[in-house]
Amino acid sequence: MTRIESTFDTLKSQNKKALIPYVMAGDPNPTVTVDLLHDLVKHGADMIELGLPFSDPMADGPVVALAGERALAAGTSTRDALKMVAEFRQRDTQTPIILMGYLNPVEIIGYDNFVALCEQSGVDGILMVDLPPAEAGSFTLHLTEHAMNEIFLLSPTTLPERREQVLTHCGGYIYYVSLKGVTGSATLNTDDVATQVQAIKAETDLPVCVGFGIRDAASAKAIGAHADGVIVGSALVQNFADIDGNDATAVANAQQKIMTKMDELRAALDSLSA
Amino acid sequence: MPDFNQYPDARGHFGVHGGRFVSETLMAALEELETLYTKVKADPAFWEEYHNDLVNYVGRPTPLYHAKRLSDEIGGAQIYFKREDLNHTGAHKVNNTIGQALLAKMCGKKRIIAETGAGQHGVATATIAARLGLECIVYMGADDVERQKMNVYRMRLLGATVVPVTSGSRTLKDAMNEAMRDWVTNVDSTYYIIGTVAGPHPYPLLVRDFQAIIGKEARIQHLEKTGKLPDALVACVGGGSNAIGLFFDFLNDPEVKMYGVEATGDGIESGRHSAPLAAGRIGVLHGNRTYLMADDDGQIQETHSISAGLDYPGVGPEHSFLKDMNRVEYVGCTDKESLEGFHESTRKEGIIPALESAHAVAYALKLAKTMTPDQTIIVNMSGRGDKDLHSVMKAEGIEL
Repeated sequence: MTRIESTFDTLKSQNKKALIPYVMAGDPNPTVTVDLLHDLVKHGADMIELGLPFSDPMADGPVVALAGERALAAGTSTRDALKMVAEFRQRDTQTPIILMGYLNPVEIIGYDNFVALCEQSGVDGILMVDLPPAEAGSFTLHLTEHAMNEIFLLSPTTLPERREQVLTHCGGYIYYVSLKGVTGSATLNTDDVATQVQAIKAETDLPVCVGFGIRDAASAKAIGAHADGVIVGSALVQNFADIDGNDATAVANAQQKIMTKMDELRAALDSLSA
Repeated sequence: MPDFNQYPDARGHFGVHGGRFVSETLMAALEELETLYTKVKADPAFWEEYHNDLVNYVGRPTPLYHAKRLSDEIGGAQIYFKREDLNHTGAHKVNNTIGQALLAKMCGKKRIIAETGAGQHGVATATIAARLGLECIVYMGADDVERQKMNVYRMRLLGATVVPVTSGSRTLKDAMNEAMRDWVTNVDSTYYIIGTVAGPHPYPLLVRDFQAIIGKEARIQHLEKTGKLPDALVACVGGGSNAIGLFFDFLNDPEVKMYGVEATGDGIESGRHSAPLAAGRIGVLHGNRTYLMADDDGQIQETHSISAGLDYPGVGPEHSFLKDMNRVEYVGCTDKESLEGFHESTRKEGIIPALESAHAVAYALKLAKTMTPDQTIIVNMSGRGDKDLHSVMKAEGIEL
């Protein structure tokens, strides 16, 4: 059983919803990330999606795209991100880390090499935004060999026959994209999400987590009522925008705001099981 | 040699290249487009409408012109220009937009988006949108907006909204990212007209099919004029749609040599260029696997070319395949050489080429010298140079 699977088992037995924050590795600078990950856990993260910075993030809105630009400008590479995970693992052997990114850096490193590095670092799951199941063949093979989960997206536009195909390939949890649009988009329709999550759950035993467009306690609670977990990215990451990433005080203040948001989200989700 | 007509395969692959690497939200739209295109590809009525538009609106067939003065001066092969610059809107791009606009109409989409580098694809798309009464949004790198002001104004005159993209390197690749983001958000109402033979399957296939008219005409015209097939074809390669358009109908004729000319900018060794086939590596960007300019961490590198239309870090996957198969020889031409080609064509033949096409002209002049007067070269004059006069003046320090 992977760390992701056992975490969901535990949450289920406690009747709790998963809170999954997303942050970008190396944003606003590489020295911040490991402490940030530990703080997220302290403030209620059940698992963490860690973004791998990429120069051309086609599915991301401005908030996450700019986070990637900051991380790259600060010199963060894919290998650096993996080192951050390894360092995090020295003090936290429980919290699953899921890498989320785009395929090209992985193609350059090579699938086998990348997956081996992930295993050494203590990565638990991989979500490649631009790698659909139909193209994932040899990548999936390497992940399976190393007992890591490969997470895929489902979206409001996914047709039923395609959904079946994605569910067959997906492990860990299903990431349901709550809306048509890029990360951080505004228009979230809770009723639509509820209908879709129900339809997905009818076809799979995998936990279904929802991301894109969840920004506060109210939306987390509304979505959490239907899903097994919520993923929150832009609403956290935006706190690093418009600050000087080298100004320690500014960074600490931004981190404080992120943790306040985490506390609100945690409380909102826990109120569902209370 | 394989039968090149059988590519891409059913999953959109050209050997290891091509495919469909996009986020889940776009999958349904791509599958819908693929299904529609598979159906219309076999429907003579669709092609009749397409050809009717090409004849009556675009002005096809374009001539195959014998550049006699240039050929005589070189004393080598006879050079012919395939005059895509004479198309309505001034470049080959319109062949594709006519075809895709028909597809958009069949999908019932009322909103068209496009990305553009030099603005030729943007102008062609804005033109077709105006003709069909469709809303049109064109994404363009902020730097390209600056260096292609005339085309920006043309698009606005035609009723299109031009959105300058300030992210990344502010050029064509960033415009394509932004168009993809728009498409993800508005996928129900919007048809995305990709302007080159790149992007996720089925785009490389359908753009190639719409541009293949160039080579089909050139083949007939060359046979009429000389009684034989050409010895060589030369075309510039950015994304590579004009080149595939010229090459495709000749790929299964091994006696026809083909040269794709990439923009080597300040020279490959300078690092300031746009030549992924010469100096890139295989990776995934904009929905397909292909040769890319990427660093050791897989980050896409900034490119440079004097020609905004060639300033792109990737290339269509079919070109990557043709390189791997050694069917097409990919060569380079610097900014400086392209300016020489620009002036040679202008002064000797009275044809002002686009800076993109000037790369092909410059290479053809070199190639012709190595051949004999009984041999022939077809150069794709992919577009006219009006839009580039500003760039040429700037490069040569000329003020009016």
